[in-house]
Amino acid sequence: MGRKRQLDRVPSGPGRKSRRQKDPEFESAKDKKAEKKAKRPKLDGLKKKKKGKPKAAPPPVALDSEGSTDESDLVGVAVYPLPDDFGDDEEVSDTTPQVVDGAQGDASDEKNEGSDDEEDGDEESDDGDEGGDQGMESYDEGDSSDEEELLPIEKAAKKGRKKEEEDNRLAEEELQTNIAATETLVLPSGQEVEKDAHIASDLTLVQQRIRDVQFVLADFKARKQEGKGRSDYVQQLRRDLCTYYSYNEFLMEKLMDLFPQDITDVLEANEVPRPMTIRANTLKTRRRDLAQALISRGVNLDPIGKWSKVGLVVYDSQVPVGATPEYLAGHYMLQGGSSFLPVMALAPQEKERVLDMCAAPGGKSSYIAALMKNSGSLFANDANADRAKAIVSNLHRMGVHNSVVSAYDARTFPKIMHGFDRVLLDAPCSGTGVIAKDPAVKTSKDEKDIQRCSHLQKELILAAIDCCNANSPTGGYVVYSTCSIMVEENEWVIDYALKMRSVRLVPTGLPFGNEGFVNFKQHRFHPAMKMTRRFYPHTHNLDGFFVAKLQKFSNKMPGEEQKPKPDKETNGQAKGDKSTDKAADKGQKRKNADSKEPNNTNKKRKFDPPQTPKQQGGKKNKTDTPQGEKSSPKLKGILKKSPQNAASGGKPSPTTKKRGKPSPTTKKRGKPSPTTKKRGKPSPNMKKKGKPAKKG
Amino acid sequence: MRPLTEEETKTFFEKLSKYIGDSIALLLDRQDGAYCFRLHKERVYYISEELMKKAGNIAGENLLSFGTCFGKFTRKDRKFMLHVTALDYLAPYAKYKVWLKPSAEQQFLYGHNVVKSGLGRITEGTSDHQGVIVYSMNDMPLGFGLAAKSTEACRHADPMMVVLHHQADIGEYIRNENALV
Repeated sequence: MGRKRQLDRVPSGPGRKSRRQKDPEFESAKDKKAEKKAKRPKLDGLKKKKKGKPKAAPPPVALDSEGSTDESDLVGVAVYPLPDDFGDDEEVSDTTPQVVDGAQGDASDEKNEGSDDEEDGDEESDDGDEGGDQGMESYDEGDSSDEEELLPIEKAAKKGRKKEEEDNRLAEEELQTNIAATETLVLPSGQEVEKDAHIASDLTLVQQRIRDVQFVLADFKARKQEGKGRSDYVQQLRRDLCTYYSYNEFLMEKLMDLFPQDITDVLEANEVPRPMTIRANTLKTRRRDLAQALISRGVNLDPIGKWSKVGLVVYDSQVPVGATPEYLAGHYMLQGGSSFLPVMALAPQEKERVLDMCAAPGGKSSYIAALMKNSGSLFANDANADRAKAIVSNLHRMGVHNSVVSAYDARTFPKIMHGFDRVLLDAPCSGTGVIAKDPAVKTSKDEKDIQRCSHLQKELILAAIDCCNANSPTGGYVVYSTCSIMVEENEWVIDYALKMRSVRLVPTGLPFGNEGFVNFKQHRFHPAMKMTRRFYPHTHNLDGFFVAKLQKFSNKMPGEEQKPKPDKETNGQAKGDKSTDKAADKGQKRKNADSKEPNNTNKKRKFDPPQTPKQQGGKKNKTDTPQGEKSSPKLKGILKKSPQNAASGGKPSPTTKKRGKPSPTTKKRGKPSPTTKKRGKPSPNMKKKGKPAKKG
Repeated sequence: MRPLTEEETKTFFEKLSKYIGDSIALLLDRQDGAYCFRLHKERVYYISEELMKKAGNIAGENLLSFGTCFGKFTRKDRKFMLHVTALDYLAPYAKYKVWLKPSAEQQFLYGHNVVKSGLGRITEGTSDHQGVIVYSMNDMPLGFGLAAKSTEACRHADPMMVVLHHQADIGEYIRNENALV
């Protein structure tokens, strides 16, 4: 049952099939031919022979006529590039169609004629073409007289090549026009948007639209729709992203502000969980031994990276990683990779007094104890008593002997104890960095939540700083970290701390991570904010995190000239000041001590709740309190008396290094209400009290 | 937080000496400072003296734990129950030890008693109702228990007979976390 038809027969005739475009095989074949020809020597005798050969065989005529109608457009365009070839067509009357005809003729020559002819033709044309090519090359300067020497087949070949180039160029242009036609994405109108909001839209369409809009935004001027501005596109993109990834508008807006370029990367990374990581407990085992033991149990793991000596990442496991005998024996702790970072930044030393203010469930506390090798003392606190029990359990399991666990509201901790060498504050946050772990964050967070978190964090960081001892021989460091990527919870809180307390930012010592923002939207933060570190799921494959390391350089409050208690303490403190503060200040402080008034000493206590910058900003100008009136002559006295102050260009003492100046003499206030908007322009140099501009 | 009363100290030390014998003195007088036992909310904590002073700053109701918890006193009878959290300190001074085969490990970690077939090794001279520390074959401490039979009796015992009564094991960190605090 074999076929009787010829499969290779090219359809000829007036029908549709005969007009079908032929396969573009010419180039490679012709190139090869051209190469061959280039190699072979010129054969003049052969050339002359072929000259007489009729150029176009009759059968292609029909084709030509049809072809010409099809390609009438091309005909007009066809001819420019090779004037030499143009000149080749002297033999034929009508030049332009002949180009086409020639090409077709050549094609039909190759295909229609018998194999013998083809072979002969090929061979001859090879030789001829070769000579022709050589001829062409040598005649490239436009010597038309020598073109007559080219064999007809060579000319046909040339024309075929030209036609090919034409075809390719036109095909490209077509493609471009096709692209241009689809480029102008039409944004849905207002009605369509409303409709979309009500009915569940097809996710594939939404995804396609996301890609389209991003494509348009990539080259906005060229690709935009008339009458639509950039904001329209951005809004549409935001809506689509919210639909596709199930976020609420607020959070999506925040993310788009933070990541204008890689928003899709971020969102995709938030859909996928981060790899499971564990930390080897150096109090009980070594990472190598632990890895061996776990591998023998059937856990597939690897060291986490160069940046940690105790971390292991678990790819998969035959046994539950949280229930192996090694886990129960306290050889390791299940902990996210980014949770190693604040403790690495804190770098607690042996025999120090360290405080972990929000310690539950105890992963970081146990790491701190491991680094301290169970010496010194570690205070682990958490406001939630139930969660604090987990700290107890974990610390016991990990073999930590030097810990004290408490359940206080961390904001009140400074009143309980202070004078710690190092303090770690892993503040409660909105959790926008760990969306992969808790997808509920996508829809549940809004403006108020962020503000509430931010407010709490500000209170906590001040408490943390107050717990720390600036005069500690080995420390005086506070590390602030959150698992959030919002600027309101990170840089803003640090900026607040810089203004309110005598602290400065220091490098975290972490080997990787993005720098914190110094400028973001309307915020202008302290330039040292670059030393903080941000970590993202899509760039580092860690949970979103923020780490900042502060060093406390003075136990005094900024702007505070007196000590809380009179006489003894002031003398004691004055001596203490000598050891820590610069010489330039000694004079100032003693003078302050002299000129101070007894009332003032009592009024300014160390643990006053911090005042908001706005309130302070308001109070700066007002001197309605009696203390305010008293303070200015005092300060003027300082400026007059101290020559060093003048010499240093009017710069104040290092204790008042931070920008912004909370007046020490403002009234005591209760806790600032949660609705106090703290967002204002931080314009630290706006000093209206006649004090010199402070440089933080 | 308060020191233990006489009676409490007596009960407590008795229990301890079941497992570690006379090494209690070693626990109290250590190279790196003096350690002491303190009672807080019916629980006995083992802590160095300096840390104890610092922990004194924290109010009773907010203080959850300090140092290492060894166990707790029952409310009614004032009997002392030793917790697995004391294992770290008991293990180095243990006089009588029992090693379990891997098959019996899991059972013990679930809180069951150990039968003869799961027994790997046992220290010579273990008497009946002796407090023993339980190890895995890798010398990893798993918990402690009471020997149900003396070493001699164990040799001749039936494979299904209980040789070790379970007292505390490290599996409690997952099973029974709340009871530890």
